[in-house]
Amino acid sequence: MELNQLTIHELQEKIRTGETTSVEILQSVFNRIDAVEGVVHAYIALMRDSALEEAKRADLNIRGGKIRALTGVPLALKDIFCTRGFRTTCGSRILSNYVPPYDATVVEKLRESGAVFVGKTNMDEFAMGSSTETSFFGITRNPWDPERIPGGSSGGSAAAVAADECIASLGSDTGGSIRQPAALCGVVGMKPTYGRVSRFGLVAFASSLDQIGPFTRDVEDCAIMMNVIAGYDPKESTSVPIEVPDYREYLSGGIEGWTVGIPKEYFIEGIDPEVLAAVQNTIKVIEGSGGRCIEISLPHTEYCLAVYYIVAPAEASSNLARYDGVKYGFRSGAGNVQDLLTMYKKTRSEGFGAEVKRRIMLGTYVLSSGYYDAYYKKASKVRALIKRDFDEAFKLCDVILTPTSPTPAFKIGEKTDDPLQMYLSDIFTISANLAGIPGISVPCGFTRSGLPIGVQFLSGPFEEGKLFQIAAACERNAKIERRRPNL
Amino acid sequence: MKIDKEEVEYVAHLARLEFNEEEKERFTSQLDNILMYMDKLNQVDTSGVEPMSHAIALVNAFRDDRVGESLSHGLSLANAPEARGDCFSVPKVIE
Repeated sequence: MELNQLTIHELQEKIRTGETTSVEILQSVFNRIDAVEGVVHAYIALMRDSALEEAKRADLNIRGGKIRALTGVPLALKDIFCTRGFRTTCGSRILSNYVPPYDATVVEKLRESGAVFVGKTNMDEFAMGSSTETSFFGITRNPWDPERIPGGSSGGSAAAVAADECIASLGSDTGGSIRQPAALCGVVGMKPTYGRVSRFGLVAFASSLDQIGPFTRDVEDCAIMMNVIAGYDPKESTSVPIEVPDYREYLSGGIEGWTVGIPKEYFIEGIDPEVLAAVQNTIKVIEGSGGRCIEISLPHTEYCLAVYYIVAPAEASSNLARYDGVKYGFRSGAGNVQDLLTMYKKTRSEGFGAEVKRRIMLGTYVLSSGYYDAYYKKASKVRALIKRDFDEAFKLCDVILTPTSPTPAFKIGEKTDDPLQMYLSDIFTISANLAGIPGISVPCGFTRSGLPIGVQFLSGPFEEGKLFQIAAACERNAKIERRRPNL
Repeated sequence: MKIDKEEVEYVAHLARLEFNEEEKERFTSQLDNILMYMDKLNQVDTSGVEPMSHAIALVNAFRDDRVGESLSHGLSLANAPEARGDCFSVPKVIE
């Protein structure tokens, strides 16, 4: 195997024994990028020069015996994380010239752990989408079938890991934007508990739902990444001061005697039969590992999508009001526009793409006078009931199992004309964001045509350790064949 | 019908966006579809339920009022589409 195909923990071993160097690993990553990026287009921008500097510095540290959690490991960052001195676009024309004056807290933490940054990955504009087709910088293709979408919104970060164009990456998840592309690209992806990872320096979409998390090749790598990025941050008022355990310690625990809840509302008509079969196989694996699977009910499941598409656009319309062409970002026809209001309107109309405008409109409408109670307030109440469903369910089981996405990766362009159809691809992932609980998607098989399928585990808040424990047990015992996309 | 073209125009103004006729038509029908779907929520009895605005029990996160580091004027203005002196420059607001 090439260096760029290995996991973080495999590379760490080779680094520690002196079998390879960070510069060699980086070289193999860039060789791969040069070979396949023309097809995949996982990246908006590459950081070739600074990456080489960072890799050389990592090698100096390694020789000096200073090896940290991610020393010398090439990572990719969704282009939603502020990187000091390096353009951060959020997939939008309106930020196409924005150079942040500071690093996001997660970027700072990865840097301090010795990581090497390869580049900024493609995404749906402002993370609004499930297919990475709304980026101002072009689409990303699924490495398993370039005619298909990689999922979204963090499609570039998922595709980069799947195509071996980096070792691991970071994404953000507001309604499934880590877990859904992880499933569709055949990698591991985690959305932590709301408040577990600092959002400082993450370009805001829906502030009560957004969380940051990793994409990795296996569960152990996911635990390694979470060990680095989780924790309280004084710069972020919703980050929670709860101690971060060493997530690696959960990996070997096994699930003997565990109860796993299978919510009947998640096994609806319209699930692809091959997805269903792969998920049912995971249930067998769990039972074979000493776990007990029981049927549970999350009665308000069918309302999740409606609640989400009120709450998220409402918060987005407010968050995105800041893009006015004054302090940073794109300004329309600078100099020619005579009055301020016209400048705002032209800047925003030319700077935002159709999906972002649709959500700003929807959000503005549901918050507007006369409609607030009927939509936003009603949705916030149903959201409380959705959370209550989970509180009740976790009295009966340790974790919950669901499919991550109702279908494998769909064709490019298949859902772009029908927003509601597109929104439905997040139907199994949205509830975790509304309830604030953590979720992980792990590969659980392939379709006959070779598309990856993912299974999702959910737990109570701040119980990421349990997710690592069951995901690692399934990974060990399911023995899913380790394939690589044929690019 | 949940929303018509006039309302779309009004909401667009509130959101500081503008659309051509074709976009207005498309947005009206798409938003109408989405809002019809939202009607599902009226099936749920929410009497006595407190609205939930955040997933975790949030309390005010206070810190000491101490002067810390902040961005320099130069860095703050570095991304400005137009700047003059120490200020962001915008089209004239007052006559």
